[in-house]
Amino acid sequence: MLIKTDRDGFIHPVSSEITSEKVYHDRRALIKLMAGGAAGAALAGWAGREAMAQAITAPGKHAALAGGKSNVAGAVTMDKLTDYKDASTYNNFYEFGTDKADPARNAGTLQTRPWTVSIEGLVKQPKTYGIEELLRLSAQEERIYRMRCVEGWSMVIPWVGYSLAELIKKVEPLGSAKYVEFVTLADPKTMPFVGSRVLEWPYVEGLRMDEAMNPLTLLTFGMYGEVLPNQNGAPVRLVVPWKYGFKSGKSIVKIRFTDKEPRTAWNKAAAQEYGFYSNVNPNVSHPRWSQVTERRIGEDGLFAKKRKTLMFNGYEAQVAQLYAGMDLQKLF
Amino acid sequence: MSKWLLQPAAKPTVFALCLLPFIGLFYQALADQLGANPQEALIRATGDWALRFLCIVLAVTPLRVLSKTPSLARFRRMLGLFMYFYVLIHFLSYSGFDMGFDLAEIVADIIKRPFILVGALSLLLLTPLAATSFNAAIKALGAKRWKQLHKMIYAVAGLAVLHFFWMRAGKNNFAEVAVYAGILALLLGWRLRQFIHSRAKS
Repeated sequence: MLIKTDRDGFIHPVSSEITSEKVYHDRRALIKLMAGGAAGAALAGWAGREAMAQAITAPGKHAALAGGKSNVAGAVTMDKLTDYKDASTYNNFYEFGTDKADPARNAGTLQTRPWTVSIEGLVKQPKTYGIEELLRLSAQEERIYRMRCVEGWSMVIPWVGYSLAELIKKVEPLGSAKYVEFVTLADPKTMPFVGSRVLEWPYVEGLRMDEAMNPLTLLTFGMYGEVLPNQNGAPVRLVVPWKYGFKSGKSIVKIRFTDKEPRTAWNKAAAQEYGFYSNVNPNVSHPRWSQVTERRIGEDGLFAKKRKTLMFNGYEAQVAQLYAGMDLQKLF
Repeated sequence: MSKWLLQPAAKPTVFALCLLPFIGLFYQALADQLGANPQEALIRATGDWALRFLCIVLAVTPLRVLSKTPSLARFRRMLGLFMYFYVLIHFLSYSGFDMGFDLAEIVADIIKRPFILVGALSLLLLTPLAATSFNAAIKALGAKRWKQLHKMIYAVAGLAVLHFFWMRAGKNNFAEVAVYAGILALLLGWRLRQFIHSRAKS
C-alpha cells in the first residue's frame, strides 16, 4: 500500500487551494475584460499588451523586424488580428494591378534596396535618407491598428514602425509648412500598371501638419514582426489608422512639406467621391455606397454579419480634437 | 454535331455542364478557397456567370441559323433558365452577404446606388420570362405574345452591361466590361440585321 505524504510532490493540503480549471481558463478572458476598460484606463494599456502578447506569430516569410511596446494612446487595439495570409494577399496597390490578388502576384519585381526617401520643401534640414538610416532613426514600436478600407472592409494588422512625428521633428519644418505630401514610387519598369489610366502617377497622398504630427500616424517598416512584404508597401509606408486605407501611401520615396493642401491621387481622379481628409466616418456615405458597416476580413466564416463602422475608425478619443469645429459633411 | 444534340443523353449532359460553376463555387466556399473576402468573391463570381449565361443563351439563335443546326433550339429554354438561376443566386448573395437580408436596407441601397437599381431592374424583367418558360404558359399566352414578351431579354442585355460598367467605373477598369459588351453587341447586332433583311424582303 502506498502512503502519500506532503513530500510526494503535487499534493495540496486542502482542496480549496487548487485553482479550479474554469478560473484558470478564464484568466485570459479577465485580462481582456480589463483591457476593455473595466479596470480603468491605467490598467487598460498594460492588460491590452498582456492579452495580445501571444497572438502574433511571425509568418517566417521575411526578415524579422521586432517592435517594442508603445506608450502611445490607442497604439494597441484589442480586436482579433487578421490572418497574415489575408493581410498579405488581399491588397489595393494599383501600381501592381487593380484586382486585390494582383499585388501579391506582381509585386515581386519591386526593388526595395537601395532605397532612399528625400525630405523636401519647407524644412530647415532637407535631406535624402537611405532606408537603413531611416530604420534606425527612432525605436521601432509595435502598433496594432484597425485598418478600414473605403470599399467597406477592414482588417486588424500589427504594424512595426515609429511615429512620423519623430522624423518630422528631426527635419525641422518651417513655420510656413502647413501640409505634408507623400510621394510614392512610380517605376514603370518594376510596376506593371504604372501608366494605366485609373489614377495619375505617381500616387500622391497628403496630411495636414497636425495630422502628420499625431503620434498615431505611423511611419511603417514592418508587420507581424517582419519587414513589410512588397505588396504591403515595402520598404516604408505610412499608416494613418483613423482614415480610409488609401490615405496611407505605400513605398514612399519623397516627403514634401508645403503651405498648400496637396492634390492627392484619388481626389484628382474623383473629387466628389474622395475628399482630402477621408476620415473614417459612418455618417458620411460614399456617393456610391454606405459607410455605416464594414466586413471584417476573415471573421467568423461566410455568414458573419457585418459590423458597425466606428467614428474615426474607433480612434475618436485620440484624433477628434484635430477636427473640432470642422463640418465633416463638407470636408469629408 | 447535329446528331449528338438529338441524343437522349444530350440534355442531361448540358444540364450537368451548366451546373458545374455552381458546384465549383459551392465546393470552394466549403473548402475556404475563395480568398480573404469569400462573400465578395461569391457575389462577383455569380454575377460573372449570370453574364456568361446571358451571352450563351443569346448565342443560341445566331448559331442555330448560321450553322444550320435546328436542334440547338432544344437547349434554349434550359440555358435561359440557368441564366435566371445564376442571376437569382447573384441577387441572393448580395442580399444575404452584403445586406444581411434586411429588406429596408436593400430597398434603400437600390435607391441609393444606380448600378444596384439597374441590377434589380434586370432581375425584375427576367422574372416573368422565367415564369412563362413552360409549355402551358406558351400556349396560354399564344406564341406571338410569348415571343413579344421574351424580347425583353434584349433590354436585359443592355441593363446587364450597364450594371457591370457602373460597378467597374470606380476603378476605371473596363477591359472585361468591353469584352462582354462586344459579345452582346455582336449577338444583338446580328438580330438587328436579320430584322432589317426580313423587312426589306416583305
